[in-house]
Parts: sequence; structure tokens; C-alpha cells
Amino acid sequence: MRTPFFENHVKLGAKIVDFHGWDMPLQYSGILDEQKAVRSNAGLFDISHMGRFRITGETSEDCIQNLITNDISEITENQAIYSPMCNEEGRIIDDVIVSKIAQDEFLIVVNSSNIKKDFEWIQRHLDGNKLKDETQKVALLALQGPKAQAIIEKHTSEITKLKPFHFMKAKLHGQDCMISRTGYTGEDGFEIFFDSSNSILWEKLLSDGQIFGIKPAGLGARDILRLEAGMMLYGNDIDESVTPLDAPLKWAVKFEKNFIGKNALERNEPQKRLVGFEIVGSKRVARQNDQIIYEGKSVGRVTSGTFSPTLGKSIGFCYVPPYMQFGQDIQILIGGKNYDAKLRSTRFYKK
Amino acid sequence: MTEKRFTQDHEWVELSGDIATIGISNFAQDQLGDIVSIEFPTINSKFKQKDAMAIVDSVKASSDIYCPMDGTIIEVNENLEDHPELINKSPYDQGWILKLKVSDISQFENLMTQQQYEKFVGENKG
Repeated sequence: MRTPFFENHVKLGAKIVDFHGWDMPLQYSGILDEQKAVRSNAGLFDISHMGRFRITGETSEDCIQNLITNDISEITENQAIYSPMCNEEGRIIDDVIVSKIAQDEFLIVVNSSNIKKDFEWIQRHLDGNKLKDETQKVALLALQGPKAQAIIEKHTSEITKLKPFHFMKAKLHGQDCMISRTGYTGEDGFEIFFDSSNSILWEKLLSDGQIFGIKPAGLGARDILRLEAGMMLYGNDIDESVTPLDAPLKWAVKFEKNFIGKNALERNEPQKRLVGFEIVGSKRVARQNDQIIYEGKSVGRVTSGTFSPTLGKSIGFCYVPPYMQFGQDIQILIGGKNYDAKLRSTRFYKK
Repeated sequence: MTEKRFTQDHEWVELSGDIATIGISNFAQDQLGDIVSIEFPTINSKFKQKDAMAIVDSVKASSDIYCPMDGTIIEVNENLEDHPELINKSPYDQGWILKLKVSDISQFENLMTQQQYEKFVGENKG
């Protein structure tokens, strides 16, 4: 599958890779160059491969409250909330962002790898409400970085008042958009929803951002940025073998309300926990499934690893036994050799 | 200019007497993407042709560097420890990786010439 911006990526000389069935840009100018642009100026990402579902109906809020572990009643119209969505065993089907468009209308953004699975799951729990897959109809770009606001401000000064996890309607270059102050990079920034027929906005935003040093940024930079910011990637760090309590997502599980998987999670004794690590004394990069070694034994595995240009260190996430604390010295087996590392919080980077 | 020869694993070799300077090809650095670290073998360690002797990590993958000719490591490009990006920026010059005292210079003749290598890479792209 291709997003409305595929031709733009090709024209910019992007390296295209298959990402869960989508032809997506891995990189344009270079992964590190793009990562730096997002941390210091701005980057524009095509994230139209992510799934967009609309749920409407009188009891749509109840339906969502049942589906997600976070508390939808905490937000009002024009706000969004992050949440895991669990099965009856409390294991993570997906992690999603729900935007409350109106009392009876919600937009859910899901991972591209889970579009089909999530659609079927939600459909089974609709309770008379309507579900529509708008992934093809709605385009989605992420404009991220310290200069993101200045780029949008040219079009609407209201943007300066928009709080994190809030969204607003605005016109960009005459096109109707929904702009939310959300992202997956640890920087200030926006996710911009609009009709897929307005694909001209990719070029327009890049040219708006030119004086601010904007760069188009691909999946490679996105992965480093989200890892530095301590954000989970479904399929790597979380999946249906773990619960939100194994991952550092307890903050998004609200036991004061009801949701699918609550009973299981209340009884759950986590067998492992996801933490961050940094490699000490080497810049070797740990990769997914490299073993965590403690006292000569394998006690866990790496779920994501990268080199962090911001820290100048090799970092990542791993699952370890729940008794292991931050600061614990461990080793990671990379390519047949043990490297010293230290456990730490997943929040490597705070802006 | 000294003649470069290439391996199927995308290393290049320049021979001066019995000293071989080794790096990775432009094609290899482009495939790897931004290189973030390199792990060298220790000086004086001995390798046979096709032994893994160094490792480069890029933002995308880890990759072994194979020894193109039998020999002993006599020097590594320590500049790369702080500036691994030189392999991307200047793969045939400032991005050289290590020097080897070779034990059998006739092995050089069995490596691919630039022309042969370019053909090899062209065929392996598709």
C-alpha cells in the first residue's frame, strides 16, 4: 500500500522500505541528519500508514471506556488520550490515541501493524455504535520539533494556545485540518489530519518550514527519537505476550473504572518489567532479542536498541525480572560477546 | 593512485609492499547507513582470509568486516572511534579501517578489480 505522499518521498530521493505492507520512507538525507533536525529545528513525517478509525453513536464513550485501560472520562471534547487496549487476559492488543471529537464521536489512531486486528476487536465490542475505517480517506502528517509551532503559527495564531494532547480545527493553505499537539518524538509538535485528496500539504509544509531548517524525516529517525523519549513500539516492546503493568504503562491503567482485562490485571503479579538500558564503555548497538546477562545467566532480552546521538550512547529497552532496579549493572550479549550495561529509566531524553 | 581490489563482502584493499590498508566500499557504507561505532581487533592479532575481524554498527544493522587476506593487524584508524561517520563520508580515504601485514601477497591477485566489483555490485542490487 502507498500513502498519498508516496510520489513526494520518491522525488526527495527517500530509501523506501516495506513497513507492515506499506511502502514507507526509511530515510531521506540520512537517519542521523533527520534526527538532529527534529531535535534542533523541525521534521515532517508521513505517518498516514497508521490506522484511523471513527466511532460514532450515542453510547460510543461507554464503548471506548470499556475498550481502553485509561479513563476516557478524564478528557473533554477537543482532547486526546493515550491508552493501551487489552484483551480479557489483560494483555496488550494495541496502544492507541483516542481523540474526542464530540460527545458521540471519537477518532482512534492505531498502529499500522494492527489495523485489521483492532478493527475486528473493536467491532466485536461496539454495542450498537458505528465503526468506520478512515485510514485511506484521512491523511496524517507529523510536524515535530522546537520550530513546529512557528511553522503553524503563520497560518493560525491560535496554535500557541493549544495545550499538549488537545486538538483544534484550522485551515492550512486553504485546506481543512485537524491539528493535535501530540507526537512520537519527545519534542513539541503536531499531528495533522486532513482529507487524503489534499496531498499538496506535504510540499506546502516543507516549504513553510524551510526558513526554520525543516527536513523530511523517515521511519529510521522516528525510531531513534521515540526510543530516546521512552516511547513503546508495538510489536517490539509491547505485544499480546505482555500487560501494561509489565511495560512502564501502569500510569495509563485506571482501576477505578471498568475495562476489558481489568480483572486479570488486578490479579496479575508481573513476571518481568520493561526498563531502559545504556551500554557502558562501548558504542556497540544492542539489537532486538539480544540476551540480558546477569551473574552468567540469561535473565531477559532486548526489545529495542539504537545509538542515541543525543546522549552519545548506545541505549535501548529490555525485559528483566521484576526485582531488578534502575542502576543495576548487567551485561548484554551482542554477537557472541558480553558488553557491560546499566539498567535505567526509559526516559533517556527530556526536552 | 594505488590499485584497489575488492572482496565479495564489500571490503577494499590497497597493497603497498606487504602492508594492506583495508576499508569498506562506497556501496557497503551506503547500504549500512549512518555508522555509529566500530569495534577493532587488537593490534598484533592474526587473521585468515574471510575471518570476521572487526564490527561496524550502523543505525540500521551490525555488520562484520571480514579479513580480505591472511595477515597480522599492525594499525587501526583510531580516528574512527570518535568519528565513525568518516566511513560514510570518505570510505576510500579518511574512512580506512585498519592495516594488515599480509603473509601471502599473492592473495591480492584473487580479489576483484574495481571493474569486476562494480559489475558484481550491479548484479547483486537487482
